[in-house]
Amino acid sequence: MENERLIELYKIMQTIRSVERKIEEEYKNDEMKTPIHLSIGQEAIAAGVCIHLRKEDYLFGTHRSHAQYIAKGGDIKQMIAELYLRKTGCTSGRGGSMHLMAPDIGIFGSTAIVGGGLPLGTGTALASRIQKNDRVTAVFFGDGAADEGTFHESLNFASLKKLPVIYVCENNFYAINSRQKERQTGDNICKIAQGYGIPAYQIDGNDVLKVSEYAGNAIEKCRKGEGPVLLECISYRWKGHIGTVDDLGVGYRPQEEYDYWVSKCPIKWYKEYLKNRNLLNEPLEKSIHEDIDKVIKDAFEFAVNSPKPQPEELLDFVYAD
Amino acid sequence: MPWTTIEVEKQDKFIITDDSQNGRMISYKDALYEAMDQSLARDSRVFVMGEGVDDPGGVFGTTKGLHEKYGRDRVFDTPIAENSLTGIAAGAAMAGLRPVFVHSRMDFLLLSLDQLVNHAAKWSYMTGGKVSVPLVVRTVSARGWGSGAQHSQCLQGMLMNAPGLKIAAPATPYDAKGLLISSIIDNNPVLFVEHRWLYKTMGNVRDTLYSIPFGKGVVRRVGKDVTIVAVSYMLVEALKAAEKLQAQNISAEVIDLRTIKPIDEDIVFESLAKTGRLIITDTGWKTGGVAAEIAAIVAEKDVNLLKKPVVRVCCPDIPTPAGDLQEKAFYPDSETICTKAIELMK
Repeated sequence: MENERLIELYKIMQTIRSVERKIEEEYKNDEMKTPIHLSIGQEAIAAGVCIHLRKEDYLFGTHRSHAQYIAKGGDIKQMIAELYLRKTGCTSGRGGSMHLMAPDIGIFGSTAIVGGGLPLGTGTALASRIQKNDRVTAVFFGDGAADEGTFHESLNFASLKKLPVIYVCENNFYAINSRQKERQTGDNICKIAQGYGIPAYQIDGNDVLKVSEYAGNAIEKCRKGEGPVLLECISYRWKGHIGTVDDLGVGYRPQEEYDYWVSKCPIKWYKEYLKNRNLLNEPLEKSIHEDIDKVIKDAFEFAVNSPKPQPEELLDFVYAD
Repeated sequence: MPWTTIEVEKQDKFIITDDSQNGRMISYKDALYEAMDQSLARDSRVFVMGEGVDDPGGVFGTTKGLHEKYGRDRVFDTPIAENSLTGIAAGAAMAGLRPVFVHSRMDFLLLSLDQLVNHAAKWSYMTGGKVSVPLVVRTVSARGWGSGAQHSQCLQGMLMNAPGLKIAAPATPYDAKGLLISSIIDNNPVLFVEHRWLYKTMGNVRDTLYSIPFGKGVVRRVGKDVTIVAVSYMLVEALKAAEKLQAQNISAEVIDLRTIKPIDEDIVFESLAKTGRLIITDTGWKTGGVAAEIAAIVAEKDVNLLKKPVVRVCCPDIPTPAGDLQEKAFYPDSETICTKAIELMK
């Protein structure tokens, strides 16, 4: 991968991290009245996949969709305005944090129903095949979604019809507080996909270069009409399932487990990698952060100064014209 | 021969005159086929999927041979995975296509409610109007010959509770064709409710493409004593009842709602202003269903029009029995409607 793209990956990951940290910081003020699911710790997956997607390629996200939205190029002003449930938000204040979308860049929605995006993304991939274009769909889902029927039904159909869809499993081991091993036989979601005849790989989801390498190949394969690919990206969310809590301690996640994954921070590792290759130095690092900080400052200002949807607009958008 | 065919063959070729007197006389089934055929021919975005759409029967004849005419990319069989297939169709609709997904039994619809109600019906709203889902879900309800509790359900009442969905329930061949075309060109998810016992019903149907607006009912028979609001197959029973009532000097006005979401409220109130007596008859269950909703609308908006309490002629709140004697007791028919009308006139 050329140097510019390597830096781009870094910028995307840092943007996700910084936006999430700012949301975390502001959330206590109770002005963002929407359930949030932070992506901190999982930045490498969305960044590594989306760097290979074209603007017109489709993406479906999950309830934890902030990283996916940012990585695909979603407008951050509209995202933050949506978190503040303003009319200027990406869904005009109708969806909130769990339904980020931007159809002009292929993000056709995010769903709060676990596994709900899998059929929808399989459907846009079906449309690509029927319309004979080379648009690829990326569907993000968690390890919890592999419990759902939609996972199995969608994979079977995509394999049967050789659809151009890349299934991206963000396996962070937890569905809320339920561990994967308490919910699934075995610990290998990609083996299930292989059972449906889909090439599938379990990879380190904290290694953005690994994710990027596998995603690049998968997307190219999809574009050539060779059928779906599944990537099971192993990662960890630093924050709790919802809000700004940590879900650590008795009955929740063990501190040692958390500490281990924080030590495996995807950004820390990648930053060292770039520095060792002399691609990142202090001035560049500073300039990247200044740019991001400005974007964030502008976005929050834009959001808090935007109007809210009004009671007389209650019936808008229920039906399309 | 499939059991449903046996039962449908026993039905008479009931003729319903329509506002299209210049059309040919064809069956409800052939009208549905014609709507599918002409929609596929007219618009390359339209495609048809569902279990058995390309088998020799072709969903009781309504999709027969279409795969040969339009290719297997546009008319294809599917795995038995109702929920995800609904979502897949919805996803394709978001990408600009116009899918028609067919359930040969309405009972199977229940497996798909997550994708239909949680996703397709809410997408326009949740995306602030940015993404629409022009999806049609065709469902066929059956009745009789021991169909039993899982092959006979008429669940349209349940789905009225889902904002974002439209529901069509045509009873005549003219409406079957026109409303199916309307559903396909509509930019919203539409539940298209068919009844197997209507498939042999005959009526005038134009051979051209035409559409019928949602939320516009029609008076099928003019009367002055009692209003019978009928949905889907119960229109046939209502018209038969009106004929019998005439012999007893009771003049029944029969209203066919045609779509139940949205509902044409005006046509109900205009009729009630004349008659003051209301019978509502639906193929589904009584509690929380179509009839309950119409009764509530009347109670809420103009209860003073009523000279007598509203009567609902629907299925009792039990699963559909399989045995023939119990089936007969379970299903309301023209006799049930007549009895209720006579009581109302006392």
